[in-house]
Amino acid sequence: MSLFVNTKDIVAPGEALADGMDYLPGAFTYRQGKKILAKRLGLVNVEGRAIKLIPLSGRYLPKVGDTIIVEVFDITMSGWLVRTNSAYHAMLSTKDISRFVRRDEDLTNYFDIGDCLRVKIVKVTSQNLVDVSMKEPGLTKLSGGKIIKVNPHKVPRIIGKQGSMVSLIKDKTNCLISVGQNGVVWIKGKPDEELLAINAVKKIEAEAHLEGLTEKMTQFLSNGGKNGI
Amino acid sequence: MVYKKRLDGRGWEDTRPIEAKAGVIKNADGSAYFKIGKTTAYAAVYGPRELYPRFLQNPKTGILRCFYNMMPFSGMGDRVRPGANRRSKEISMVMEKALGLVVDLHDYPNSTVDVFVELSQTDAGSRCAAICAAAIALADAGIDMKDMVSAVAVGKIDDKIVADLDYHEEAYEEGPVADIPVAMLYNTKEITLLQMDGEVSKEELLNALELAKRVTEKIAQIQIKALKERYAP
Repeated sequence: MSLFVNTKDIVAPGEALADGMDYLPGAFTYRQGKKILAKRLGLVNVEGRAIKLIPLSGRYLPKVGDTIIVEVFDITMSGWLVRTNSAYHAMLSTKDISRFVRRDEDLTNYFDIGDCLRVKIVKVTSQNLVDVSMKEPGLTKLSGGKIIKVNPHKVPRIIGKQGSMVSLIKDKTNCLISVGQNGVVWIKGKPDEELLAINAVKKIEAEAHLEGLTEKMTQFLSNGGKNGI
Repeated sequence: MVYKKRLDGRGWEDTRPIEAKAGVIKNADGSAYFKIGKTTAYAAVYGPRELYPRFLQNPKTGILRCFYNMMPFSGMGDRVRPGANRRSKEISMVMEKALGLVVDLHDYPNSTVDVFVELSQTDAGSRCAAICAAAIALADAGIDMKDMVSAVAVGKIDDKIVADLDYHEEAYEEGPVADIPVAMLYNTKEITLLQMDGEVSKEELLNALELAKRVTEKIAQIQIKALKERYAP
């Protein structure tokens, strides 16, 4: 009848989190006998009687409603196939882009292989077949700039509360930045400023699980990223 | 009964010194390094990722593939010819079975998780080191795992039950030797790998497995510590 861990502790798979029926297994945990065990490498979060884990690592799994950044890798009769930085590719149908596409038109007039797009996931089936759409404001082709990939579980930290962290980087580096839920980050600006923004994003990724990140990043960006990465 | 003391002087139930570290290969989704004595294993995990050719896909769950490889000058004798051979294919297969029991890939149908283990130096117990490294790397990659898997070779030299045999002990000639690699789960103590080279009696085997239970528990704690250290402030 006891709890072995506290909120914010790091646990590894197989570790016992609690013993007895007083606690309930939440996300990424499971019950074995009377014990609750961890299923993932993550941070503990105890909410009342429920114990859940916030994963620290892992690939992206497509989820409806996420805005992600993708790369076109093939073109079919009815649309584009895009890479999503997950275990599954996605389909962007001609019906799901903001313009009307005639039936006999060459689809490369819109998007060609290698183009990067900002899209929204509209459907995910049980077998993880993914449909994406660009029929919303802000969903466009991303021309130029650089793409970097980060751990998708660190994306909320890169964006910050109401986008505070990403606007901080945008302000200090004068770059255009777009962060996809799939861990793909698009950065466009002057070469040196791009580099600073990339280093800033990588620093957030490395230190996402630590506290006091906003002050650290303000300082990092103010002295031009000189205090190491 | 001539084997009175272990060749390298440690106790009967002691393993060689163990070092473990997670996150050593930056390009991989998860990685680990596991060293026991002179045997050194590096594991890199990629995935879940798309699986081709398509006939290998399983629509009900993702699959786990392991690739065990000894580097050309890792052994103590001749150069090992690079690439897969009969031995490495077998070990890759038993690794898949030892680890496949704990990884849960039902959220990733039709996909694969690939585990590559490279052994840069070997001194017996390489499949056990490979499994330990792979288990850390899988956890580091954020794959759902029901339990931690740890492996060790136990066995018998002459009339003594010992843990973690090295190469010279395996090749001991004054008496009978049995080398039993065992992989065990940390919580349930279920056995996921059990092989043997040599000969033992029933009692000796049971004693050896009891020993494996105690030793793998210690190894599991080292593995878990390595994972935690990766994110320690």
